[in-house]
Amino acid sequence: MAHERDIDALTGTATTGREWDGIRELNTPLPRWWLWLFYLTIIWSIGYWIAYPSWPLVSSSTVGLLNWQSREAIITDMDALKAQRGPMVERLLKSSLAEIAADENLSQFARAQGRPVFLENCAPCHGTGGGGARGYPNLLDDEWLWGGRLEDIALTIRDGIRTPQSKERQGTMPAFGRDGILKRPEIEAVADYTRTLAGIAVESGANLELGKKVYAEACANCHGADGRGKRELGAPNLTDAIWLYGSDRASVIEGLWNGRGGMMPAWAGRLDESTIKALTIYVHTLGGGVR
Amino acid sequence: MSLATAEPRHEPRDAGPAPAGAEPAVVVPVAGRSPSPLPEPDEETPLYAARRKIYPQAVHGTYRRTKWAMLAVTLGIYYLLPFVRWDRGPNAPSQAVLIDFPNHRFYFFFIEIWPQEVYYLTGLLIIAAMALFLMNAVAGRVWCGYLCPQTVWTDLFCAIERWVEGDRREHMLRERGPWTTERVARLGLKHVLWLMVAWWTGGAWVLYFADAPTLVKDLATFQAPFVAYLWIGILTATTYALAGHMREQVCTYMCPWPRIQAALTDEHALNVTYRYDRGEPRGSIKKNAALREQGAPVGDCIDCLQCVYVCPTGVDIRDGANLGCIQCGLCIDACDTVMTKIGRPLRLIAYDTDLNIKRRQEGRSAQVRIVRARTLLYAAVIAVTGVVMLYALASRTTESISVIHDRNPVFVRLADGSLRNGYTIRIVNKQRVTREFALDIRGLANASHEFIGVPGSTDGRRIVEVGPDQTREVRMVVTSRAASMPPSTPIVFQITDVASGLQAQANDYFRAP
Ligand code: SF4
Ligand code: SF4
Repeated sequence: MAHERDIDALTGTATTGREWDGIRELNTPLPRWWLWLFYLTIIWSIGYWIAYPSWPLVSSSTVGLLNWQSREAIITDMDALKAQRGPMVERLLKSSLAEIAADENLSQFARAQGRPVFLENCAPCHGTGGGGARGYPNLLDDEWLWGGRLEDIALTIRDGIRTPQSKERQGTMPAFGRDGILKRPEIEAVADYTRTLAGIAVESGANLELGKKVYAEACANCHGADGRGKRELGAPNLTDAIWLYGSDRASVIEGLWNGRGGMMPAWAGRLDESTIKALTIYVHTLGGGVR
Repeated sequence: MSLATAEPRHEPRDAGPAPAGAEPAVVVPVAGRSPSPLPEPDEETPLYAARRKIYPQAVHGTYRRTKWAMLAVTLGIYYLLPFVRWDRGPNAPSQAVLIDFPNHRFYFFFIEIWPQEVYYLTGLLIIAAMALFLMNAVAGRVWCGYLCPQTVWTDLFCAIERWVEGDRREHMLRERGPWTTERVARLGLKHVLWLMVAWWTGGAWVLYFADAPTLVKDLATFQAPFVAYLWIGILTATTYALAGHMREQVCTYMCPWPRIQAALTDEHALNVTYRYDRGEPRGSIKKNAALREQGAPVGDCIDCLQCVYVCPTGVDIRDGANLGCIQCGLCIDACDTVMTKIGRPLRLIAYDTDLNIKRRQEGRSAQVRIVRARTLLYAAVIAVTGVVMLYALASRTTESISVIHDRNPVFVRLADGSLRNGYTIRIVNKQRVTREFALDIRGLANASHEFIGVPGSTDGRRIVEVGPDQTREVRMVVTSRAASMPPSTPIVFQITDVASGLQAQANDYFRAP
């Protein structure tokens, strides 16, 4: 016996013998089964070492008896998901875009499929909500450079804009200033004139006469004599309130001087057919889709 | 109250008079312990304690009867409630209480709760917590002693044990004796019975999550889903382990409530109390009788330890309030039986307070104060929460609409210069028939709205059809042709049931640059 046991008078409990400023530490023993449980968890963890990847090696780790891999687990999960969605994807593939849009169930499925695809692939340029940015069209409004019907949107997604793959969507705005087609005063005048087409007030002293003349010669071919644009050339309507690069005078002049011609990548081959259909429906139902 | 006494510390004393005096709650310190030098940290004091097995003795009396009644009622509800039927019409389950996970519904008789209404659960939890506090303020651990599932099932398992292996004395003797066939048989039978009760407990549990009669049939024919068997297995294991083997240790080591309870209680709460003012000095019948003859001070306690033997947690209530005591009142019944036998007044142990003992010692009358600030407060919170919940339930509608404004972009300018905002609306139909809702938007002049992808609801009347007991999400755009708009205009989305005219509204805003 090393010494007497020290018993706390008030509680009748043994103390550990330690004391700090008159406060003594009671020894209220834990139940022994608690200790066993603790040992059991240790034994259990050994099971984990053996069954699962655990010990780091130089360039890998032990594999574990179960040969479990997180990558394979994900692949299994994804396969299960694909199998579950299979019938609906099948229907997407078989139906035309118009049929999908008319079938509420199917279009809902397409929207749900299209949203993550849009966020992954389209959002960097068009914004997460499709609101666009300067030079990247807003997909929610009712102005479409190349058309806003289902087939137009699908074609744009498949072949892109001004890509080698695209047969139809190649039209660009020439660099009138840089290439010496028009002189600086002419460009300024036609910029002022163009803005009046959209009803924007221009500074007094603007040479609208000259502008009108230049417009008729240089611009009307693509944008139309009335300025309403031509879809087949991707020439925007100049009379409305939507300006892809801004309607201020400097932006318009910049466009005339350097030309315009944004690119959109072709997605055919990168996205499979059902995904392109789903994406088309998604974009069409953002709010701007043309029926 | 000695908070450090987690383990019921009392060994039944075999001999020797207990420390006499007015304060039996205090254990007399080891005599002659010099205050210094303090001993070294003691390697010999074990840090882990082996379990002291408890053999609760059978007892009869008021509180035992109360406990049997509570046991019958609570277990009866638990085991049979899933079979109670409630007619909700053809398209809904007819089980009175059902947690329908696949369809995201909770049914409770006439109430049907949707997932977005779990705030009712918050109300219920507030009421439950306050009821627990109120019970505690009035009479200590009533919950622990009479209602807690741990207590109820332990009680049942102890009863089975006594029935099969005999009451305390018989059981102890048998365990000390040799391994006879009979002993093995009885032990086996006990565990079989325990497992059956445990299995039934698990079985009843899963019935709350599916149509009970169907599930019983499926379970019997091994066609029920695996998860049903799994849960029955889990609940069987926990019931068997907790009620059969862990018992009072759940209350002492695992349950947080005793700790919370100890912090919440006050000196007016009626607790199971040994009235030491009456009981001390304790002594054997003969010794006390002799002392009484001589006119010496004698207490009523004859130190027969009956109160300790019946205690399901092994507490000696004569040591005063103790964390191990679940306030079941069985020691009251035991002592009352003894008092009746020796012809002394009942309730040497009773629901009482230390305060009253002191008052009696000072010659004042006892005082029971149930109505006091804390009980009033708890009752008030219960009442207010209850009223709020009742109001919420009573004013519950069968249709509602919620609106989410597009965040990106907040608004869109159209070619003609007008502004458009996009919204996602969700219409809820809590009736069991398909309904058509007309949507109106108020607060915007010169505006139009349009659903996207809802066939047949272009211009003219905008109608959305919502299936029975379902919700429907629809995307829509609102276009304003007003010449100038403030950055934010409050608008109201209103749905009207075309057939019945019932309406619901949601508020949102129309945003502009
Ligand atoms: S001391 Fe009495 S009231 Fe407390 S648990 Fe034991 S028998 Fe029940
Ligand atoms: S049962 Fe009553 S008389 Fe017997 S020891 Fe307990 S308090 Fe004393």
